[in-house]
Amino acid sequence: MGKDTLLTDRVFKSVGTRPMRPDGIDKVTGRARYGADHNMSGQLHGSILRSPHAHASIKSIDTSKAEKLKGVKAIVTAKDFKTKGITDPGLLDIIDNCMAGKKVFYDGHAVAAVAAVDAKTAKAALKLIKVEYKLLKHVTDVDEAVKPKAPVINNKCFTKGVDPTPGKASNVAKRSEFGHGNVAEGFEAADVVIERNFKTGQSHQGYIEPHACVASIGPDGAGELWVCTQGHFVFRQQCAEILGLDEAKLKVTSSEIGGGFGGKTHLWVEPVALALSQKANRPVKLVMSREDVFRASGPTSATSIDIKMGVTKDGVITAAEAELRYTSGPYAGSWATLGAMTAFACYDLKNVKTVGLEVLVNRPKTTAYRAPSAPMAAFAVESMIDELADRIGMKAIDMRIQNAAKEGTKSSYGPVYGPIGIGPTLDAAKNHPHMSAPLGPNQGRGMACGFWFNFGGQSCTDLNISSDGTATITVGTIDVGGARASLALVVAEELGIPYEQVKAVIADTGSLGYNEMTDGSRGTFASSMSAIQSCRMAIADMRQRAATLWEIDVDEVVWENGQAWAGGESNSNHPPLSIADLAKSAEKTGGPIAGHAQIVADGAGVSFATHICDIEVDPETGQTRVVRYTVIQDAGKAVHPTYVEGQFQGGAAQGIGWALNEEYIYGEDGRLQNPGFLDYRIPVCSDLPMIDTQILEIPNPNHPYGIRGVGETSIVPPLAAIGNAVSNATQVRMTHVPMSPPRILAAIHAQAASDDSSDD
Amino acid sequence: MIETNLSLAPHNERDLILEYLAPEKTADAVKLLAKSKGSVHVLAGGSDLLVRMKGGYVEPDVIIDIKRIKAMQDIKKGATGFSIGAAVSCAKMGEHKALRKAWPGVVEAANLIGSDQIQGRCTIAGNLCNASPAADSVPALIAAKAVAVIKGPKGTRRVAIEDIATAPGKTCLKKGEIVESIQLPKRAAKMADAYLRFTPRTEMDIAVVSAAVNLTLGPRGVITHARVALGAVAPTAVLVPEATKILKGGKLDDEKLEALAEICNAACRPIDDKRGTIEFRTHVAGVLATRAARLAYTRAGGKL
Amino acid sequence: MSVLVSSTINGDNIEFACEPDETLLDALRDRVGMTGVKEGCGTGDCGACSITLDGALVCSCLVLGAEAEGRSIETVEGMSDGNTLHPLQQKFLEHAALQCGICTPGFLIAAKSLLEKNADPSEEEVRYALAGNLCRCTGYDKIVRAVLDAAKQMRKA
Repeated sequence: MGKDTLLTDRVFKSVGTRPMRPDGIDKVTGRARYGADHNMSGQLHGSILRSPHAHASIKSIDTSKAEKLKGVKAIVTAKDFKTKGITDPGLLDIIDNCMAGKKVFYDGHAVAAVAAVDAKTAKAALKLIKVEYKLLKHVTDVDEAVKPKAPVINNKCFTKGVDPTPGKASNVAKRSEFGHGNVAEGFEAADVVIERNFKTGQSHQGYIEPHACVASIGPDGAGELWVCTQGHFVFRQQCAEILGLDEAKLKVTSSEIGGGFGGKTHLWVEPVALALSQKANRPVKLVMSREDVFRASGPTSATSIDIKMGVTKDGVITAAEAELRYTSGPYAGSWATLGAMTAFACYDLKNVKTVGLEVLVNRPKTTAYRAPSAPMAAFAVESMIDELADRIGMKAIDMRIQNAAKEGTKSSYGPVYGPIGIGPTLDAAKNHPHMSAPLGPNQGRGMACGFWFNFGGQSCTDLNISSDGTATITVGTIDVGGARASLALVVAEELGIPYEQVKAVIADTGSLGYNEMTDGSRGTFASSMSAIQSCRMAIADMRQRAATLWEIDVDEVVWENGQAWAGGESNSNHPPLSIADLAKSAEKTGGPIAGHAQIVADGAGVSFATHICDIEVDPETGQTRVVRYTVIQDAGKAVHPTYVEGQFQGGAAQGIGWALNEEYIYGEDGRLQNPGFLDYRIPVCSDLPMIDTQILEIPNPNHPYGIRGVGETSIVPPLAAIGNAVSNATQVRMTHVPMSPPRILAAIHAQAASDDSSDD
Repeated sequence: MIETNLSLAPHNERDLILEYLAPEKTADAVKLLAKSKGSVHVLAGGSDLLVRMKGGYVEPDVIIDIKRIKAMQDIKKGATGFSIGAAVSCAKMGEHKALRKAWPGVVEAANLIGSDQIQGRCTIAGNLCNASPAADSVPALIAAKAVAVIKGPKGTRRVAIEDIATAPGKTCLKKGEIVESIQLPKRAAKMADAYLRFTPRTEMDIAVVSAAVNLTLGPRGVITHARVALGAVAPTAVLVPEATKILKGGKLDDEKLEALAEICNAACRPIDDKRGTIEFRTHVAGVLATRAARLAYTRAGGKL
Repeated sequence: MSVLVSSTINGDNIEFACEPDETLLDALRDRVGMTGVKEGCGTGDCGACSITLDGALVCSCLVLGAEAEGRSIETVEGMSDGNTLHPLQQKFLEHAALQCGICTPGFLIAAKSLLEKNADPSEEEVRYALAGNLCRCTGYDKIVRAVLDAAKQMRKA
């Protein structure tokens, strides 16, 4: 676990240490309460009826028999959700996705829900609901969906971003374009030009905890929602609007979260649970089954990417162009947009153009998955870089170094970069012992780079000093994997007190101002920025109180090591006042000591990573084994390096799974064939080696401590790094993720057949 | 805690009769199986039945748990070989030294079914009666020439393993019948078996293709007896009789191995599905058969 | 008709009533209130519901509650000795072997079961023994290190 701190000049006391997390004991003893671990008095069991069809109109739903079943307390269908007055198309899509309106758009689409006294009764009631469907032609494949004769999923879908707007409906919801320069001229100047198509399968976040919530709405319209979510404030806002409630009267409490990775940024069953509760006037618990999680909660996009790149014989990329088609499920999204923005973001390019097409298909609604849309684009781009380097006889790493973006580069998606980490991660990779380690038979080494924007956004925090001088930092961003420890470290650093004296708490929506989700790698970045401001407000207040006690000017009070010091020789008779001292006298100096901040956290520094991996391929079966894996990434400043490493390792492991085996498999009938962990194959412990990490720290100039988000970038390079390693091991260019054994074997056999025929 | 009051509404008749029974004698299990009406299921390890219940694919009226039947709980070594009770977990097979030594391929196959958690529960009798074409232990048992001892209302019958499954999910067992044990023959000198399967992951997977080889060697490494079985390449696990002819007589050389791969490829009647393609299964069946043959040959004392 | 089950859970005699087709996982969570046992899949594929049943490591989602009659069950709730954490619990915290923590109870039970059988496992043995437990956050690296470190400490004790 290397950590290169040379690039940071500030000396920290708490930040950068590795203490144990404050919520750890509860999590190793079974006490921590997750989504399904909460119960309310009188609670009913909620259950959802889902479509067995990929595409159909709903002719009728008859719930009368189910309603008569003893123990059934409420049934809801789409007609229970009022869409009148809601203008936001995104919210209308959420409602339609939570409960199908006129049509079902995918296998697993919800059509009705029941609240009953127990699971058994709810299950029996679902069987008594009769839904009459009219089957429609479906399309699940991204390239099939854009064909002129494809079944049109939404007849009101006219491609946005095209001028003039087409008069004919299609499955392309939006076209977006990015870039600069003139790619045609760029290709003219190239010595080698390669064009290829790359495809990636649809993967799922695969969090181990299924979505779960307990909803309760009283007759007065006041409600509570206990839910596993990445953003309880956003859930409150959207649920209140959907249910027609006053936002302030709906208290949303985030449970401990059993993984999200983007998948828990979205509403799936929560409005349904609330609607059932409203109708039954009883609390309702609704827990998704694993099968439902796969069938009906948001996976990534499946993609097809046409890419063309040109390079001079000296290794200068002269032009790069790509059309990226991303599925977004049956509703419009901005997934291809993100792919088009991130694709070439690692490189300094004179001529670049990307076009993103959002493609509607009969699959579940696409949702964010860790650096959403970037891994697929990186798979195409980073595979091409390797192939181009090979063609001109240059080392792939040297070509990357030569073309890497740097401070001042105009990025392929528009903005000009500040200080960034792509160059340093590449240099670190070149010097890493992994890069020069010997390879065994049938083994190949691959590398790839990755980029993610990182987000900031609205944040709100409270700092409260207790009477004994210990501090509570209250945040509104949920902790997905160690954020409480990180935020407590930041507060300890800022106040100058030990980590053990700080408690980080995640507030419910009634206790703090609005906070955006824990997404976009923003949790620690944005909440720490706000926490630092809260601390600074409290420190200013404490300096004032010390000045009052000492009867000196506040400007003479210095804050250092958690104490107020009276500055200047004339004041040397005043011994310093600790936070505990000041807290003790708080009643006399103005009441409780607190700090508060509400900010829009701007300037989340962009993040880059370079990965190296060795893969062994069994040439007779296409079986792969990950032999060695190294992650090098810029963290800005690693607040808790152990958890930063954890993010690097976890993202890499998810990328490895996606690269090798994970994929939604649809049958001819448009139904999902593998909605379970047996056949949706996420990596198991024996599939992986140790994942080595190297943290670089190129401070983010926009954050007081230089922090950048670290959560997402690590999933971006693995698809391409593994693709390059497999290609190097087999001497066959892999263009289709996942690189499952049947695909690798078929590619080896196809190559052998074409070699044979060219020998003739 | 949530409310648990039962709904006994008329539509839900199965609730009225749903029973969990745990007899202590095989004869009692047979009686219960014979007289029970509706959807009657034998619960051995539960690693298939409970999954199917969870998915709503089966809704039992009667569940007969056989794990408290004494006669089904043990591995016995006798003059004719081993008897493995139907309720013996695969983990227990892995812990049985003599069995492991005599039938390494069978034990390896049994130990490949699922994780350690599954191993603590699953049984080879359950694996057999679940009748999946991809069942791990079945090809190894077929290659080993194992026999299932079936008890029923009309007495006992012994059926070769390859004749138990008749189609995916279907067996030749009749109403009231239950597998009491699986009998493995006595191990001769210079005899060994091996089982290999292909899965995309290292663990927690179902065989995409599998092959079991059981060889007996005579003097100078000459193969005197051979049985080869394949899994997941046809509606049921299959014995490949032609492979016996190819392997018998002579040492295991490249020519034999090539012919074995070809004959195994030819024996495949697989399907394209979420786990693999026809081409993949067919090709890899041959690869695994040759690898398993090498392994069995070396284990039997042959030199490659 | 409910089945009345009498079993020993973490050393205590506990009686519960459950449906004949109810899983032990549901019975433990909903009847006994032991929510440390987690459901990730309900089909034996993720190991989050791991417990030991008469000493054998099992997925409680693949056991019927009724089968627990007269049997002894151990869950994560029974792992620590009063205020002293089990070495595995301690090492999981020290190594940050958990991020979201939903899989942790199952991993701890599976790792404990491994170390009872094999006090000095290799990395490979740890990886295969824990292959029945899915973790989506950590990439397993820190989990494997924590188990190896706990094993080392337990051998010294």
